[in-house]
Amino acid sequence: MTELAAKGRRSPEVASTLHVNGRAHRLHLDSRVTLLDALREHLDLTGTKKGCDQGACGACTVLVDGKRVLSCLTLAAQCDDREVTTIEGLASHGVLHPVQEAFIRHDGLQCGFCTPGQIMSAVALLHEGRAGSDDDVREFMSGNLCRCGAYPNIVAAIRAVAARGSG
Amino acid sequence: MPGSILGTAVVRVEDPDLLTGRANFVDDLPISGVLHLTFVRSPVAHARVRSVDMADARAMPGVVAVFAAEDLGLPPYQGLMVLNPACERQPLATDKVRFVGDAVAVIAAESRAAAIDAAEAVVVDYDELPPAIDPERALAPDAPLQFEALGTNRAAAMHAGSDDDVLAGSDVVVRGRFENQRIAVMPMEASAIAVVPGDDGNGHDLTVYVSTQMPHGVANKLSETLGLPVETIRVIAPHVGGAFGGKPGLAAEHLVAVGVARHLGRPVKWIETRSENLVAMPHGRGQVQYVELGCKHDGTIVGLRLRIVGDAGAYAGFGGALALGPTRIMAQGVYRIPAISFDAAVAVTNTTPMGAFRGAGRPEAAALLERIVDLAADELDIDPVDMRRRNFLQPSDFPFTTVVGTTYDSGDYEAALNEALRHAGYDELRAEQRQRRMRGDRWQLGIGVSAYVEVTAGGAGSEFASVTIDTDGGATIRVGTSAHGQGHATSFAMIVADRLGIAMDQVRFVQSDTSEVPRGGGTGGSRSLQLAGNAVVGAADLVLERARQLAAQLLEANPDDIVMTDDGRLAVAGVPASALSWERVAAAAADANEPLAAEFDFRQEGATFPFGAHVAVVEIDVDTGAVRLLRHIAVDDCGRILNPLLVAGQQHGGIAQGVAQALWEQYVYDEQGNPLTSNLADYGMPSAAELPSFETLNTETPTPLNGLGAKGIGESGTIGSMPAVQNAVIDGLSYLGVRHIDMPCSPQRVWSAIRDARAGTLPPVWREPPPVFNSTRDTAGAGVAAEAADDIDI
Repeated sequence: MTELAAKGRRSPEVASTLHVNGRAHRLHLDSRVTLLDALREHLDLTGTKKGCDQGACGACTVLVDGKRVLSCLTLAAQCDDREVTTIEGLASHGVLHPVQEAFIRHDGLQCGFCTPGQIMSAVALLHEGRAGSDDDVREFMSGNLCRCGAYPNIVAAIRAVAARGSG
Repeated sequence: MPGSILGTAVVRVEDPDLLTGRANFVDDLPISGVLHLTFVRSPVAHARVRSVDMADARAMPGVVAVFAAEDLGLPPYQGLMVLNPACERQPLATDKVRFVGDAVAVIAAESRAAAIDAAEAVVVDYDELPPAIDPERALAPDAPLQFEALGTNRAAAMHAGSDDDVLAGSDVVVRGRFENQRIAVMPMEASAIAVVPGDDGNGHDLTVYVSTQMPHGVANKLSETLGLPVETIRVIAPHVGGAFGGKPGLAAEHLVAVGVARHLGRPVKWIETRSENLVAMPHGRGQVQYVELGCKHDGTIVGLRLRIVGDAGAYAGFGGALALGPTRIMAQGVYRIPAISFDAAVAVTNTTPMGAFRGAGRPEAAALLERIVDLAADELDIDPVDMRRRNFLQPSDFPFTTVVGTTYDSGDYEAALNEALRHAGYDELRAEQRQRRMRGDRWQLGIGVSAYVEVTAGGAGSEFASVTIDTDGGATIRVGTSAHGQGHATSFAMIVADRLGIAMDQVRFVQSDTSEVPRGGGTGGSRSLQLAGNAVVGAADLVLERARQLAAQLLEANPDDIVMTDDGRLAVAGVPASALSWERVAAAAADANEPLAAEFDFRQEGATFPFGAHVAVVEIDVDTGAVRLLRHIAVDDCGRILNPLLVAGQQHGGIAQGVAQALWEQYVYDEQGNPLTSNLADYGMPSAAELPSFETLNTETPTPLNGLGAKGIGESGTIGSMPAVQNAVIDGLSYLGVRHIDMPCSPQRVWSAIRDARAGTLPPVWREPPPVFNSTRDTAGAGVAAEAADDIDI
């Protein structure tokens, strides 16, 4: 390890084009850079949070081609030419997404650190059609941890959006 | 004055920034030229450090510097309070490492990746020593010593309450040994700090952005520790991603980060990883409780004898003091107990230092009482509800001073319990339980009850606020508390809207910046609304008084005749046409060169005592030991409620964490002190899938100690839920003869209890406590820590 480290082990840079929130970004990054670090450190999109960097907390959830992924376990290079949506890209022209609105109305957040991930996950879950019951929402949101324990209100917020069919 | 906004459910004004990714946490702040810090941490629990070889690491690309203790020469670290001065902690270890995760060196590099790689290249020569991991075994005479000079691992000990045999005269004595296990705090944002050294052009030589509950506490401790004038230090807490007691002021790593930044003259930041957080951030709880309750045949309590072993972790972490402080002062709980004898001994162990976790010593008190009361009810064949009713303190008893010397302000314990039982449908639940038992169902029902009282704002009891009317007619609030999810921007704006008639969207909120707020105690111990909220009331009232004088001058009237109109303007009574806007009054104040502003320090004469009752309903699979929480009913009384939306949120969070301790969470070490639960995959923090939606209710018994009538709500949910859920699991298995299961009531433990009950081999609930208690009565010097611990607000 030491020897490797001393050589400043670097893997080759790869070029990729990330389409993030509708904007194309041409990036040359170390092939080991995760999507999460690419967003936060190279594109200054810090709304996506790093809660564990181990794929266990869900705070880094973003959408890639409309599907939710853990950006800490996704390499940026894997997202070449794909559409990435982050929390910054959810509201359009200053109008909050219905899920964001519902989180306010139902008090679905406290400290707010896990919230971007919760919201991105909820948006995808609604598209997946998995918000048919409280139990379904709990199960399919179980990858997004919240230490503030706002779960009852998160479930209520998502159910309210599902009921209105505006997810 | 229109109808008051107070008491209504107002959605939070702080949400939009958090929901859109605009809100900045420490790691989100753009700081140009910032270096990344990574710590080299001990992989062993107890060892002498022979050498630290940093040569390879220093030569690596991107590495700016590598420091061991002697390179920085920092003074010893002091946490929130000192439990034992002989257990001093160096911010980087010198002669010995004392837990897995103890920091030995620190890397400063141009990138996080370079820092992590370099940390792996530091070679530390450890000469391993046998560790003391279990707190009871650490107190044995032959245990390996963490501080040889101390001559013992006993960091503190005390005796309080009665010297007599408090169980004399009992018809029955029930005894239990209960473990209140070690828990990880686990805020979703781990520790984080960014330090910018040098002149900021505004009189500061040091600017610190830190994820903390107590920015002023960090500034004061840095000043004290480093000998810097406090006015030259600016501490800012940006958005903070949860704390729950885990971020109470300066951490050892913070001191190192400041040391490195000043040494290099460059900005640095340390963003803790999750695995690091689980070994470095102080843990909570960690008590072994020997509990004896004497009763008459009819259930009347005669006396309580407590002997408690507290785990302080390495370096006598301040959490070890919680057994001596909050657990002791809340030892009488909600009951008439004529006599209590209390002894505690606190051990240093080769584990992560102990600190605070939501409740901080009070859940431990409620848990032991609610467990022993259930055991007594079982022994005497009395329904657990009746057992409680026979012993409750009554509303006419308040203010009431307990036999351990704590004065409760107000309460109606039976009313809260009755409300919880009514809402739960207690009799129907018992009927269903009987039916399931008769049918021999695989899924049996367990019903757990708890009643609790806790203490909030028990610290210095003072907090700062100011209210300024801005030139646009809006208002700016400044407070010394430091919200990180509690919703203060909303609740304090509601107060200003109520007192001054200024719309909430015209109220600005400033907190968590020592250059903007002159003093403050931060947020912890459920202190904020009752202290800062009442300070905002005081400042707003002073502003109003001054505004009436100004309006009187402008309107050529008597100040006594100036009233506030329904639309929030100032007018001569009966002459609405005379009304002046706040903008106009503020302009008049500016013309007079006296800004329309006031400061107020609210001081509360004593702590307040929230209380409540919870009912938990669980299903237990008697084949596998799996437990499902079906319902949780919480009636929490936090005095007069300002915003029921925020109160319910605090109840939800508190309950989630209490349920989690009762059923899943435990921080586990192996015998060598290796952590076995050091990531979110191994540690049992619940997701939405494990928890039902809680049924949260309130009774409102105002405190006489502040104008708002408010008590704290932040920790009640945890204190009430943990024993209710544990009791529910045991209640569900009582028909098999199960009398106790320690937390967490994991499937393995529940299954084992069922198996043992059926085999007639259940282990005893009691064993004699360790000999350390033979000498706690004549221990001198521990009283200091206990007194300090009484006043702790975390």
